[in-house]
Amino acid sequence: MAQKKKLVVIGNGMVGHKFMQAIAELNGQDGAEEYELITFCEESRLAYDRVQLSSYFSGKTAEDLSLVEPGFYEDNNITVYIGDRANHIDREKQIITSDNGISVEYDKLVLATGSYPFVPPIPGHERENCFVYRTIDDLEKISAAGKTAKSGAVIGGGLLGLEAAKALKDMNLETHVIEFSPRLMSVQIDDGAGTVLREKMEEMNVKIHTGKNTSLIEQGKDAVHKLNFADGESIEADIILFSPGIRPRDELARDSGIEMGERGGIVINDQCLTSDENIYAIGECALWGGMIYGLVAPGYQMAKVAADHIAGKENAFKGADMSTKLKLMGVDVASIGDAHATTKGAKVFTYINGPEQVYKKIVVNEDSTRLLGAVLIGDANDYGNLLQLKLNDIPLPETPDALILPQRDGAVAGIGVEALPDTAQICSCFDISKGDLCTAVADGATTMSAIKECTKASTGCGGCTALVGQVLNKELEKMGVDVNTDLCEHFPYTRQGLYSLIRVNEIKSFDDLIEKHGTGHGCEICKPTAASIFASCWNDYILEKEHAGLQDTNDRYLGNIQNNGTYSIVPRIAGGEITPDKLIVLGQVAKKYNLYTKITGGQRVDLFGARLEELPDIWKELVDAGFETGHAYGKSLRTVKSCVGSTWCRYGVDDSVGTAIELENRYKGLRSPHKIKFAVSGCTRECAEAQSKDVGIIATENGWNLYVCGNGGMKPRHADLLATDLDRETLIKYIDRFLMFYVKTADRLERTATWMNNLEGGLDYLREVVIDDSLGLAEQLEKEMESVVGTYQCEWKTTIEDPDKLKAFKPFVNANAADSNIVFVEEREQIRPANEDERKQLANA
Amino acid sequence: MQTAQQQDMTWHDICALNDIPKNSGVAALVGDQQIALFSIGKEAQVFAIGNYDPFSNANVLARGIVGSIGDTIVVASPIYKQHFELATGQCVEDETVSVESYAIRIDNNRVFIGLTA
Ligand code: SRM
Ligand SMILES: Cc1cc2nc3c(=O)[nH]c(=O)nc-3n(C[C@H](O)[C@H](O)[C@H](O)COP(=O)(O)OP(=O)(O)OC[C@H]3O[C@@H](n4cnc5c(N)ncnc54)[C@H](O)[C@@H]3O)c2cc1C
Ligand code: SF4
Ligand code: FES
Repeated sequence: MAQKKKLVVIGNGMVGHKFMQAIAELNGQDGAEEYELITFCEESRLAYDRVQLSSYFSGKTAEDLSLVEPGFYEDNNITVYIGDRANHIDREKQIITSDNGISVEYDKLVLATGSYPFVPPIPGHERENCFVYRTIDDLEKISAAGKTAKSGAVIGGGLLGLEAAKALKDMNLETHVIEFSPRLMSVQIDDGAGTVLREKMEEMNVKIHTGKNTSLIEQGKDAVHKLNFADGESIEADIILFSPGIRPRDELARDSGIEMGERGGIVINDQCLTSDENIYAIGECALWGGMIYGLVAPGYQMAKVAADHIAGKENAFKGADMSTKLKLMGVDVASIGDAHATTKGAKVFTYINGPEQVYKKIVVNEDSTRLLGAVLIGDANDYGNLLQLKLNDIPLPETPDALILPQRDGAVAGIGVEALPDTAQICSCFDISKGDLCTAVADGATTMSAIKECTKASTGCGGCTALVGQVLNKELEKMGVDVNTDLCEHFPYTRQGLYSLIRVNEIKSFDDLIEKHGTGHGCEICKPTAASIFASCWNDYILEKEHAGLQDTNDRYLGNIQNNGTYSIVPRIAGGEITPDKLIVLGQVAKKYNLYTKITGGQRVDLFGARLEELPDIWKELVDAGFETGHAYGKSLRTVKSCVGSTWCRYGVDDSVGTAIELENRYKGLRSPHKIKFAVSGCTRECAEAQSKDVGIIATENGWNLYVCGNGGMKPRHADLLATDLDRETLIKYIDRFLMFYVKTADRLERTATWMNNLEGGLDYLREVVIDDSLGLAEQLEKEMESVVGTYQCEWKTTIEDPDKLKAFKPFVNANAADSNIVFVEEREQIRPANEDERKQLANA
Repeated sequence: MQTAQQQDMTWHDICALNDIPKNSGVAALVGDQQIALFSIGKEAQVFAIGNYDPFSNANVLARGIVGSIGDTIVVASPIYKQHFELATGQCVEDETVSVESYAIRIDNNRVFIGLTA
């Protein structure tokens, strides 16, 4: 058998990896040549999401950022040289050599070497604590230096510079941004926008120094460095990040005599071929049409084109759109097309809202019929619409300024998604077209989370989320699926709508609610939902006469119904801590009533097989012994799991058990859209598995880290880090706000994980609400929580003290008999429900 | 108390009307038959169907949530949530399944169930 030809890729960054995915799919298909695949990866880890690099500082790990599906390289037989830099191309012999002494022949070569941050030769730039911001390794160094630093300065006020500034802010350092030109982000935005952006940044306490040329870095007085500017001024900082711009990594190509651009970059044609017919270049090292694209989407397109060309398929790179939408320290910034109105005859419309610091500008052609470009600061909701108008050359409305003027009467301006052709690219991060989305919907992805999962759309920068949602809804509508968000046939409201009605109008009973706002008699959907909202808002005893009939059977009988109509009993064991005496009581009660006993996955004990009529007696004994209900039946706080923590554990840095108990006691009884689980770990070993919980807390040397929206169960989701290094008081404040905001806005039976997946703006938005109080809700949320906490009662205690309520636990209204259909058999020395056959056999015996 | 309007129908005195909580259910035992009784709406309309849930094989229908689908009054089984029409015992989700339904008479605020002997 002839030896396979070799395809070597240098660089395993975002684009190099994308190329590997594309070629792995095409390799040897449809009669194409099958290559042996080899790649050199200079960094110590395989490709990761550089675009999301900054999220490393808000809690994402290197693993979270990875772009590589486990097993991808192995399954496709790709040889990877990790941590090895290719250092020479011998074009004549077609051989690559590397720092580690590997030498490989190639038949085809792809250069995906990316770019590097330019460090200006300012005297002193090599001092300690001077970094660039490009790789995870860089970030690890910055993070280590940040531990002892108090202040930091970024040189460069462009897009990447401001990203780097956010990292400094996230480390709680006093932050400076130094920019040579008179405004921030001079490439993407204009003066007016620059001013608004600057004001926003300054409001967040970032010190902006524009028009400053740094001439010397030397030993500082109060900090590590002193930065001297050409105009004689200076500032001091402990850390310096260089981010004035990027340069293509074209050294390999240059040394081997491949054609270069005048100012660098490897020249490529429409097939991404360089001047050597066996060598391709893609991504940020490539120069196409005199242009280097510093964005990932064009690089992805090149990766596809090169892979297609190698596999003998037709495709061409025809340039790419450079529009971007970003959130820089929580500020929306977007730029589309010809932002500076350099096209001949271009006209400009600008909208400025001073008090709210919103700036919007559109650039249109001479006869105002087509959009050429746009700039949005402070509010980029129009981005998706405007981008589509431009990309698809869609005619503008007669008064184009309507596109950016506020819609005071509630009308929606812009284009409907129907106007877009199927080929319109909706998500540029993952190159998802409108057609792709429609296919996904037709194939059954009918919710936003399903769409995200199967297409990946909107899981990158998030800029396309609103549009993806619009396409989804339009498609569902077309399929005749009612995009009906009504709770059920009895109420024309969402759960959130119903919540507001109840809260604002102080409605306290279902009769009142359905009479004023609904129709019919209600059902098993709206009744428990209303009951849960009443409990979240007013926290009445849930078996109060007017509420009892609304409760699901579990809530109605304060136990979980089992397959044979008996119930389970789960007393609260806060934090999983229990005294031997109480443990003995559980054993005694279980024995007395012959209950099946099991340790649950929630660090407590479940007693199964109690008949309805036995529940009050059993609970009386438990309450007398000091137990409370564990709400295992409720859509409410379940357990706060804990690890043993610093009290005993040699690694523990704080008292996880004490904290877990405090939190469990604080939030017990809170009724919510779905169940809520917490866990608290005493150190990063994470024995309590806090990152799989709705609320997870992990002790660190500097305080508590707070994670939210994790989930085990059917669709596991890692929790997101909401805030770090909190003291006890702030921790509780944030949890109060988080939980109440969830209770207020989530859909029925929507766990926090799904809620987060569907939350527009995602984690950043949640942070704004919970930490920055962007909605001005914080105080109210805390007050509402305080009222729930203050009105807690053990439902079982209240119930056994009220003879009237106990009536409901009689099996028959007219007889003191037991349900003869409940039959147990023995297994492993305990009871279990008899199955159908066993029941029949026993009846005949 | 017996009237002659229906042959072979024995009326069993079960409970007081207000022993059935409004918009909710209770179970009753007549002989060895388990019956689920419900009281619906402001004017306390009473219905009776079998208590045995054919989907879970447990005696639990009295513990379901009552409500309406369109104009039809139903109860949802507390175990797997199938609906049964209170007037007829017919299962809404599966036309081949139904439970017994019983005649009800209210006399002097007492609830009577009529069983054909
Ligand atoms: C008893 C227990 C299993 C055990 O023997 O260990 C259990 C039992 C039930 N689980 Fe669970 N879950 C139990 C721990 C868990 C855990 C583990 C944990 O909490 O650490 C999980 C995964 C973690 C999570 O929720 O993220 C878990 C994920 C579920 C799910 C899936 C939830 C999801 O979001 O995907 C359901 C279904 C649901 O809630 O809709 C569920 C539902 C149920 C129900 C309520 C089903 C039902 O309606 O009958 C079970 C009845 C409990 C009973 O009869 O008392 N149970 N369940 C555990 C009780 C813990 C406790 O002390 O309260
Ligand atoms: C902080 C930050 C934020 C960003 N935000 C955005 C954004 O919001 N939107 C957007 O579109 N883009 C953004 N970008 C840019 C985006 O990350 C790049 O466009 C993209 O990573 C380019 O991919 P690439 O594969 O060409 O280069 P890279 O991802 O840099 O990969 C090149 C890889 O090749 C390796 N390499 C180089 N030479 C050799 C050699 N000789 N041998 C072996 N390996 C070699 C390098 O070590 C590197 O790992 C951002 C970049 C940064 C740093
Ligand atoms: S998480 Fe840390 S403190 Fe807690 S038990 Fe595990 S190792 Fe010990
Ligand atoms: S455009 Fe970035 S996620 Fe879709």
